[in-house]
Amino acid sequence: MRSIILRTMTMYLLPLLLIFSVFLLFRGHNHPGGGFVGGLVASAAYSLYLLGFGIDKVKTIFRLQPIKVLAFGLFLAASSTVFPILFGKPLMTGVWYEHKLPIVGSLGTPTVFDTGVYFTVLGVTLNIIFTLFEDKE
Amino acid sequence: MNSILAMPVVFPLFIGIIMLFFWKHRSIQRIINALGSTITLVLAIYLTWYVKTSGIQCLYIGAWKAPFGIIFTADLLTMTMILVSAIIGFATSIYSLGTMDETREHFGYYPLLQIMIMGINGSFMTGDLFNMFVWFEVLLISSFSLVALGGKRSQLEGAIKYVILNLLSSSLFVVGVGILYGITGGLNMADLARKIPMLPNKGIVNVMAMFFLVSFGIKAAIFPLFFWLPASYHTPPAAVSAIFAGMLTKVGVYALFRVFTLIFVTDVAFTHTIIIIIAMLTMLSGVLGAASQMEFRRILSFHIISQIGYMILGLGLMTPLGIAGGVFYIFHHIIVKTNLFFVSGVVNELKGTYLLKKLGGVLKLYPLLGLLFLIPALSLGGVPPLSGFWAKYTVAVAAVEKGEYLALAVSLFVGLLTLFSMIKIWNEVFWKEQKAEFAAEQQTLRQLPKFKIAMMFAPIIFLAAITLFIGLNPEPFLNYANEAAHQLLNPSIYINAVLGGAQ
Amino acid sequence: MEFVLAIIVGILATSAFYLMLRRSLVKVILGMVFLGNAVNLTIFSVARVTKGLAAFIPENASTLEGTYADPLPQALILTAIVIGFGTQAFAIALFRKAFQKVGDDDLDKMNSTDIMCNEDIPGDK
Repeated sequence: MRSIILRTMTMYLLPLLLIFSVFLLFRGHNHPGGGFVGGLVASAAYSLYLLGFGIDKVKTIFRLQPIKVLAFGLFLAASSTVFPILFGKPLMTGVWYEHKLPIVGSLGTPTVFDTGVYFTVLGVTLNIIFTLFEDKE
Repeated sequence: MNSILAMPVVFPLFIGIIMLFFWKHRSIQRIINALGSTITLVLAIYLTWYVKTSGIQCLYIGAWKAPFGIIFTADLLTMTMILVSAIIGFATSIYSLGTMDETREHFGYYPLLQIMIMGINGSFMTGDLFNMFVWFEVLLISSFSLVALGGKRSQLEGAIKYVILNLLSSSLFVVGVGILYGITGGLNMADLARKIPMLPNKGIVNVMAMFFLVSFGIKAAIFPLFFWLPASYHTPPAAVSAIFAGMLTKVGVYALFRVFTLIFVTDVAFTHTIIIIIAMLTMLSGVLGAASQMEFRRILSFHIISQIGYMILGLGLMTPLGIAGGVFYIFHHIIVKTNLFFVSGVVNELKGTYLLKKLGGVLKLYPLLGLLFLIPALSLGGVPPLSGFWAKYTVAVAAVEKGEYLALAVSLFVGLLTLFSMIKIWNEVFWKEQKAEFAAEQQTLRQLPKFKIAMMFAPIIFLAAITLFIGLNPEPFLNYANEAAHQLLNPSIYINAVLGGAQ
Repeated sequence: MEFVLAIIVGILATSAFYLMLRRSLVKVILGMVFLGNAVNLTIFSVARVTKGLAAFIPENASTLEGTYADPLPQALILTAIVIGFGTQAFAIALFRKAFQKVGDDDLDKMNSTDIMCNEDIPGDK
C-alpha cells in the first residue's frame, strides 16, 4: 500500500484538494457545490494522505479531534438558524450582509450554515475513517 | 415573533452540541445535561401556558408562507406532548445521574439523549408530513444508538428487531407521504386536510389511511405489529427503557391522533371502526402477554401495549369525550409508565436482577420503595384516587355514550388483568421472602453513595407526586383535555390558524 | 415511462421483502437497501414523470413558462436517500457487532431475549 508514487502525489494533492474544497464551499450558493461536497472533498484529501502515510502521520497534520470538528460544524450551522431571531425574523430566514466580500462573495446566514455543514461532514467522515483504521492496526 | 415555538427543538440541539465539545468529560456533561433539561422544562411550561391562553400558534420557518414552506404548529395536543416530554426528559436526566454507568457516559449517552428529545419534540411540533418523517428519523437513529449502547448480547438482539421493524415502518411512511403528494400536491397537514375532501377518488384516500395506520401502528406498537417492543425495551439500562417506554411509542400515538383527526376524516365509519377493533385486540393481547411473563421489565413492556389500546380506543370513538379521554390517557400513561421503569431500575440496583423468581423481600427492607411502586402501579390499574382511574373512566364513559359496549367490556376486563399483573409484581418483588440462594449478589442502600440514592429517588418521587396531584385534582386536566379534543374535532380551527383563513 | 418504473418498483419491492424474510443478517440488510430504492422510485413515479425545464423563473419574468418538472419530489427523494444511507450504515455496523457477539449471522440464533425471558442471558455478563 505504501507506494512511493502515491506518497509523492499526495504531498502535492493534499493542499490542492483542500483549496478546491473551500472553492466548492463558497461556490455552492448559486452553482453546483456547497458545504456537503466541500466537506467530502476535504475528508477525501486527508484519507488519501492516510492511505499513503498511515494513521499516525495523519494525526500529526490533523491535530484536532474529529468529534470537536463535528461539534464546531454543528454549532456553526445551528447558530446560523437562530441568528435571524435577533433581527425579529422567523427561524432559518436568510439574513444577508449587503456588500460583497472579495473571496467569499455574498455573506449571509446560508453561507454560515454551509460552512457548518462543511465542518460537520469533515468531522463525521474523519471520525469514521480514523475509527476504522485504529480498529485495523 | 413566534420563534420561541422552536425552542423545545432548538434548545436540546444546542445542549447536545455543547456536550460534544466536552466529549469524554463525564462530569461536565452531567452538569450541562441536568441544567439543560431543567431549562427545557421551564420553557415547555411557559409555552403551554402561552398556547393555552392565546390559541393555536404557528411559526413559518424561513418566512415561507403556509402551504409552501415548513411550519411548526402548536395546538393544545402538541403542547401536552411537549410538556410531558420535557417532564420525562428532566426526570430521566436526573435519574441518569444516579444510575448510568461510566462507560455509557463516556460514549456519548447524554448528547444522544438530548438529540432524541429534539427529535421527539420536532415530530410533535411540525405541521408538515414529510418534515415529520425527518424528525422521526432523527429520534429513531438516536434511539437505535441508545438501545445498542453498551453492546450486551441481549441489547444487540433487541436492537436488531427494533431497527428492522422501525425502518420498515419509515419506508411505508415515506411511500404514503409520496403518494399523498402525488394525488393532492401538498405536504402541509392543514393543506392536505383542506384538499382531501375534494378528491374525486375516495378509495385511494382510504388506502392511504391504511398506509399511515400501519406505519404509525408499528411505531405505536398496536395489535399485530407490536412484537419488536417486548423484545427490545427491557434490554437497555433502566433510564433508557424508562424514556423509551414513556415517550417513543407515544410519538406514534400522537401521529395517529393528528392524522386521523385532521386528514383522514372523510370516511370515519370505515377507518375509525377498524381503529376500535384494533384497539380492543391491542388491549387484550398486551395484557395477556404480560400475564405470562416473569421478568419485571417485560411485564411492564407488555403493559405499554395494552395501554396503547386505551388511547387508540379514545381516538376510534371520535367523540369529544373519547378524544379527551385519549389525550388525558396519554398524559397520565407517560408519567406513570416511566415511573414504573424507574422503580424497576432501583430494584435492579439493589438486587442485581430483574427476574421475579430471584427477587423478593424488598418491602421489608425498603417500605418507602414499596409505596413508591404502589402509586404508579395502582394508577396503571385504574384504582380510584389516582390518575389512571380518571383516564379509564373517561374512555369508558365515552364508549358507553357511543354504544360500544363490547369495547367497554374489554376495557374493564383489561383493567382487571392489569391490576392482576401489578399485584403479581407486588407479591413477587416486594412481599414474598427472597430465596436464600439468590440473596448473595444484592447490596443494601447504605452501601450506595448518598448522592446516587438521592438522584435515584428524586425523579420517582417527583413523578409519583404528579400522579397523585392529577388523581386528587383531575378537573383542570380534564378541562384541558376537553379543550384539546374540541380543537382536534374541529379541524377548521387548525386549518384557519395555519392558512390564515385563506379558504 | 411510468409503466417501466412501476414494474421496476414491483420487482425491487418483491425482492426486498423476500430478502428481509430470510434468516441471514446480510440478506436482511440487502433487503432494506432494495426497499429504500423501491420507495424512492415510487415517490418519483407517483409525482408525475414530466419532461421539462428546471423550475426556475427566468429573469425579467414573474411566472414559470412552458412545461417544467416539479422539483419537490426530487428534494423529497434526496432527503430520503440521505436518511436511508445513514440508517442503513448504522444497521450494518449494528449487525456486524451482533455477529461478533453471537458468533452467527442466523436470526434464529438471536432470539434469546424471547425464549430465555425468565433466565439470565449468557452473553450479558
